[in-house]
Amino acid sequence: MTQVSADTGLRYEDLDRLIALMTGAEKHGPAATSTLDVLWVLYDRVLRVGPGNARDAGRDRFLLSKGHGPMAYYAVLAAKGFFPVDWLPGFGAYDSPLGHHPDRTLIPGVEISSGSLGHGLPLGVGSALGLRAQGLDGAAVWVLIGDAELDEGSNHEAIAHAGSAGLEALHTVVIDNDSATHGWPGGIASRFEAAGWSAVTVDGRDHAALHAAFTAPHPGRPHAVVARVEKKF
Amino acid sequence: MDTMRERFISVTSRLLDEDRRLAVVLAEISMDGFRPAQERHPDRVINVGIREQLLVGVGGGLALTGLRPVLHTFASFLVERPFEQVKLDFGHQGTGGVLVSASASYDWPAGGFTHMAPGDVALLDTLDGWTVHVPGHPDEAEALLRHAYAAGDDRVYVRLSQQSNAAPRPLGDLRFQTVREGRAGVVLAVGPLLDNVLAATEGLDVTVLYAATVRPFDDAALRAAAGRASADVVLVEPYLAGTSAAAAGQALVDLPHRVLPLGVGRAELRRYGTIDEHTAAHGLDAGSLRGRITGFLR
Repeated sequence: MTQVSADTGLRYEDLDRLIALMTGAEKHGPAATSTLDVLWVLYDRVLRVGPGNARDAGRDRFLLSKGHGPMAYYAVLAAKGFFPVDWLPGFGAYDSPLGHHPDRTLIPGVEISSGSLGHGLPLGVGSALGLRAQGLDGAAVWVLIGDAELDEGSNHEAIAHAGSAGLEALHTVVIDNDSATHGWPGGIASRFEAAGWSAVTVDGRDHAALHAAFTAPHPGRPHAVVARVEKKF
Repeated sequence: MDTMRERFISVTSRLLDEDRRLAVVLAEISMDGFRPAQERHPDRVINVGIREQLLVGVGGGLALTGLRPVLHTFASFLVERPFEQVKLDFGHQGTGGVLVSASASYDWPAGGFTHMAPGDVALLDTLDGWTVHVPGHPDEAEALLRHAYAAGDDRVYVRLSQQSNAAPRPLGDLRFQTVREGRAGVVLAVGPLLDNVLAATEGLDVTVLYAATVRPFDDAALRAAAGRASADVVLVEPYLAGTSAAAAGQALVDLPHRVLPLGVGRAELRRYGTIDEHTAAHGLDAGSLRGRITGFLR
């Protein structure tokens, strides 16, 4: 399956303007956009999903577990045509489908309703297992989490099981902006590797490096990409 | 006669052969029983290890891909420990699944309070849209499990117990059933407490209703019974006392009525022993029930 996108004519260079429609500000903090480059590279070049096949059983799934600060996510989804750009200025309003945490029942293309940390990766493990049980072996599952989200024990349950089960369809992107209070001695990637995952750490602003990391082969193992971005402010 | 839990394993193992939408998720508990089914369906009998948050999250993920997940472990670890997962990974996602618990309120008294979950149904009551089955016999458990598996994308909780009535009742349409009719009041018996209630009310002029499905609460049946008899209602539930008091009050909202909610006490008993000893300690044996019911009805 290939990506079926509606060409909105919007590009990476337009994302700041789209985000500004939500914040009303021309400048924005790194927290809101720590995910921006990762999301763009995934939706532009990696995920086999677009508005035209967003309900197909065999589509790739992207699960935004780190539901906080979803403006970059909404900007990318709008740029890719999942919903109209004119939804963006309503961000957070009572009659807008776009909340400060996303709701899958309100927004086309959003796979999970998220906000509470530590739910996306277990849901991703279940999604990968469900696709495998139905013979949908071509579909990949991607889960985006934050480095502080790794504090949640539910993620460690998911990491341990996915590694031992050899869930090749499962991918995790960890946005690492040094948010975790107690840090991760030895590095985040080592946690995944110890559980049997393939893992790589890259510059989270470097599109070529991200693309290479996202598309690296990892036969028989789930794959983690740790994307380093600026420290939290 | 097998137990409800043994019946769950046998009927679910058979249905996995017939219904390709079914998938079972376990956290070690009951894994031995499911091993033959796992050998036949390795992708649809999933043991995540002793990881109850993951158990529920994986079930939610399976549902997102269109499968009908069946999640099973002891009630304490299925409903209480990962409660936020139950709330968010199904309800908030707009998906469904079937939770099947074992151990009930005090099925293993010698094991102590860590394996008791008298509050499970009350906890689920804080969430919207969960059907709750409380079978009173292994045959009823099988019927309700089959119903739950076939119930589209509904969210269903099936509460299995070692405790059982001597004989099953036909469940039909899942409504409350009238077992006995009288005029002095209405006693609603839930699941495995029916036999005790029938013994307790022997010779009393009361209506006895039986419920093996408590959510949705059958408002119409309780209203009809309370309309025919005195609107004095006794709830006898095998979990936390008062769990259905709000539902009964809502059902009878425009009828002057009194409700006596009986069930497992809130205070931790801190005793071991047997199921019968705990039933008596909570005042749910036939003799205690008779005294409490006649005292209420005067």
